[in-house]
Amino acid sequence: MPVKAIEVSFAISEAVKLADVDVVSAYPITPQTHIVERLSSIIANGELDAEFILVESEHTAMSACIGAAAVGARTFTSTSSQGLALMSEMLYIASGLRLPIVMAVANRALSAPINIWNDHSDIMAQRDCGWIQLFAENGQETFDMILQAYRIGEDKRVHLPVCVNLDGFILTHVTEPIGIPEESEVRKFLGKKFEPLLRLHPDNPITMGPVGHPDIYTEVKKAQEMALFGSKKVILEVWDEFEKIFGRKYSPIKKYLADDAEILFLMMGGIAETATIAIEELRNKGIKAGLLSLKLWRPFPFEELFSSVKNAKILIVIDRAISFGGPPGPLYSEVRSALYGKNGNLQIYGFIMGLGGRDVKVENFLEAYERTRRCSQEPGKAEIIGLRE
Amino acid sequence: MANEKWHEINPGAIIDRPGSSKENKTGNWRTFRPVTDKKKCIKCAICWLFCPDNSRIMVENGYFDVNLTYCKGCGICAEECPTDAIEMVMEEW
Repeated sequence: MPVKAIEVSFAISEAVKLADVDVVSAYPITPQTHIVERLSSIIANGELDAEFILVESEHTAMSACIGAAAVGARTFTSTSSQGLALMSEMLYIASGLRLPIVMAVANRALSAPINIWNDHSDIMAQRDCGWIQLFAENGQETFDMILQAYRIGEDKRVHLPVCVNLDGFILTHVTEPIGIPEESEVRKFLGKKFEPLLRLHPDNPITMGPVGHPDIYTEVKKAQEMALFGSKKVILEVWDEFEKIFGRKYSPIKKYLADDAEILFLMMGGIAETATIAIEELRNKGIKAGLLSLKLWRPFPFEELFSSVKNAKILIVIDRAISFGGPPGPLYSEVRSALYGKNGNLQIYGFIMGLGGRDVKVENFLEAYERTRRCSQEPGKAEIIGLRE
Repeated sequence: MANEKWHEINPGAIIDRPGSSKENKTGNWRTFRPVTDKKKCIKCAICWLFCPDNSRIMVENGYFDVNLTYCKGCGICAEECPTDAIEMVMEEW
């Protein structure tokens, strides 16, 4: 596979082009802009036969994708921060209607104060929107996940939208060597065009988005919940096949020196690559440290989490967002809840770092480890690494 | 009342055959029932024109009456009738 030095945003645009997408609709917002700017050029140059629907807001961008996916088009959009927040209403409709839209989210902090830099507060606010949610930690993973997202979302057993998260600036604006496969290989992986289970077409009228009265809403939501949980089987299958064709392995939890580790760090996104250095430093000091990088946030990989921590004594969960007035962070809160009663010897600590673009450094992870010996983890006392106090 | 179990519903609750709204018998929402006095009815069809649910129907000899399967009892027909031929009577379900 030819390897090319390319900005990660542009690599995403290449992935969308290789996926032969029919409709792109997006509104520019930092740090997502390069992705859709490049796609706009690709379409205008005739390199990709697709409609680029210009819109006045992210709410409409998602609405346009919903309409396009409903008639059976392969769709793409991308956003960040306030844009994702503005899209919120339509995110729930996309998943509720079971439309396999693919979206790249260049994760960025939420206002106020206005901040264009990276953390995970945007996507964490949309945690329950019913989308499959993947987290990439480098450019290659981002590129691969975009292709995987179409294959997963469009599978007839899934039929759900997929969101690929990548850290704003940290990943979007970095130039990396990225293996970009030939079009023929991508065709082989993605198969034919998207064939929806049911499509809006005048020859065969259907109703999408009918009213769901109290006598049916519960059943519809249960079906949606089971579809999202059921998608994990397909995700694992798709990752297996991806490995066979492209040679790169994916799993819900990527591990680094984790199998014999007593101290485990768990996090999502690009900081996991920085954390590997911290793990090595701890290992050099004789501390059995290891890393769990969560790739699959929704559906949450319960079984993989249980097996990953069964020999650990301390689990340090790093959040990139605050859940105001609640447990320190959403990742910590969910991991702790998932592990309740599963491993009685495991102590779980939560730390928050890297808010609004503050650099996450190797020493931050070492400090988190040191602080497990003295931090309280009481409500109202979120442990923030790197805070001036 | 729907009877489908959760796994029997189309993905996204999509309705895949047209015209199924007719199966939604909205008449049981009704609190008041319109009762038409044929002696006062002048066959003007104003009730038919105003009914938001197509529940006013022409009956024998050009008079108008109600389709109770869908009439929700809104009372617009009674309000608009120029001869006060329609009376809204409390339903006793």
